[in-house]
Amino acid sequence: MELEKVDILVEDIVKPENLVYRRPSTLIDVDMHYCPGCGHSTVHKIFMEVVEEMGIQHDIIGVSPVGCSVFAYNYMDVDMQQAAHGRACAVATGIKRMLPDKYVFTYQGDGDLAAIGGNETLHAANRGENFLVIFINNAVYGMTSGQMAPTTIEGMVSTTSPYGRDTKTMGYPLKISELLAPLPGVAYVTRQAVNTVQNVRRAKKALQRALEYQKMGLGFCLVEIVSNCPSNWKMTPLDSNKFVQEVLIPYYPLGDIKVPEVKK
Amino acid sequence: MGEIKLMKGNEALAEAAIRAGVDAYFGYPITPQSEIIEYLSREATKRSGMLVLQAESEVAAINMIYGAAGCGKKAMTTSSSPGISLMQEGLSYIASAELPCLLANVNRGGPGLGTIQPAQGDYFQATKGGGHGDYHLLVLAPYNVQEMADFVKLGFELAFKYRNPVMILADGALGQMMEKVELPPPEPRRHIEFPWATTGKPKNGERRVITSLHIEPEKMEEINLRLQRKYKQMEEEEVRFQTINIEDAEYIFTAFGLVSRIALKAMELGRKKGYKIGWIRPITLFPFPKKIFEEVASKVKGILDVEMNAGQMVEDVKLSVCGKTRVEFYGRMGGVVPTPEEILDNFEKMFIKGE
Repeated sequence: MELEKVDILVEDIVKPENLVYRRPSTLIDVDMHYCPGCGHSTVHKIFMEVVEEMGIQHDIIGVSPVGCSVFAYNYMDVDMQQAAHGRACAVATGIKRMLPDKYVFTYQGDGDLAAIGGNETLHAANRGENFLVIFINNAVYGMTSGQMAPTTIEGMVSTTSPYGRDTKTMGYPLKISELLAPLPGVAYVTRQAVNTVQNVRRAKKALQRALEYQKMGLGFCLVEIVSNCPSNWKMTPLDSNKFVQEVLIPYYPLGDIKVPEVKK
Repeated sequence: MGEIKLMKGNEALAEAAIRAGVDAYFGYPITPQSEIIEYLSREATKRSGMLVLQAESEVAAINMIYGAAGCGKKAMTTSSSPGISLMQEGLSYIASAELPCLLANVNRGGPGLGTIQPAQGDYFQATKGGGHGDYHLLVLAPYNVQEMADFVKLGFELAFKYRNPVMILADGALGQMMEKVELPPPEPRRHIEFPWATTGKPKNGERRVITSLHIEPEKMEEINLRLQRKYKQMEEEEVRFQTINIEDAEYIFTAFGLVSRIALKAMELGRKKGYKIGWIRPITLFPFPKKIFEEVASKVKGILDVEMNAGQMVEDVKLSVCGKTRVEFYGRMGGVVPTPEEILDNFEKMFIKGE
């Protein structure tokens, strides 16, 4: 098939009226270290879009974890603190208690939040700390190259569960969102994904809602995002998104788990 | 003159924190210093608006300090030996990220769960870094309840001067005993915007990032060199110590904290028996007062170092005198406090009877 030749100049494409996509001004214009197809970059982008749209770039402080997203501060153009492994919720507690009028968020992976940082996460949630936790669940340790995470599902192969996760000896995949939602200090818990365009749009909405609840002072908000890890799953980005849809989401179903009643 | 009260060391430290305008205290109960978090829970918030938060662990407490200190606030914690061990990871991060904060270790006997009685077994941990990597805390060693109070304000001044964690290294006895203390007038909490503090990206400036991660070796070495320059500056500007009777001394008793008082008494008993003994009390344990030991080394016949541990500060004394005089050690461990008589007795055995 021969494509019809049309005369489009680059100068026309970049005209503001023709613009259909752009990097939010809150996202720094540098190459990301994330692997091709990784969900982190998508979440970074939509979250920074929310920060831009809400006009809160100068009123938000973030905490990056240990893990793949340790360098989140290289991309998000907001004040940030880098926390020790698992301690993001404790660090965020220190920040939010000192600056209660600012927005505060943590951005954590499954190993950081659910394994080594389980206690800090649980108690921050139970105290009803008024900040947002963005929880990227890709069922694997990414930065250290593919070890089993608390959220690795049954039978899933990782470098430390090379024959598949055996729940008899390795325990069960942890559903953090369902675990934290019943706590009275927790205001909002939702599980989202970024494997399809539709899911990306829903995830963005959830992030915005969580920040709005924080402004209302409602308490601990958790946005879990079921994500992918093409490199460590040893899949193409496309196959990894399929794996999210067909294998992970059935175990980690998407949708709101707890929503606060907001008086209008 | 300030207000004079009879107080426990722990309470004096807590009261001093309120009067120093501290913004936040994060802690976890542990004997023999739980009075501090109890006192602050009762008094601080209503009097100064200080945040007092009981954390879920010492691990969480020190990381809350990281967050609060990163906002440029005066944040502190206190604990005792096993709890301080749990804070070492956080302290390494705080030192590397160059955040100011104050902590107190009301040292108890160890290792392990040990005992709740006073000890000085955490000297190495306090002065040599404690966590991973090449860093130091600035360490102040009070020897009475007055200094338990005084070192809070001083500690924060030094912490912000160097953007470095400062530790008050006390012990269970200093925390629990009551003495007269003169308290300074209360200072209001301050509101300073530090250019390095994360309080929201400035409208006309770059974002602030607080981190201890520098993947490129050259960059990480540069950070290390900067830290080492800072410690060098501390050695030049912050050394504190106290001496008595060193002018005519043939022997020196040296000790820090609680034991220095017992060693002082032993010195007096020795003087009565005709021994020309002087006394040196290091107040900053890091930076260690090397020069005064260097100076006396060529004039005295020997130095007796007394500690409530198996011999820790004595290594710094030996490094300072560099073989120029004889250095002996006497210590008790596990929560046992030596008496002046046994110190003098051991001095006589080691130095006088030639045993």
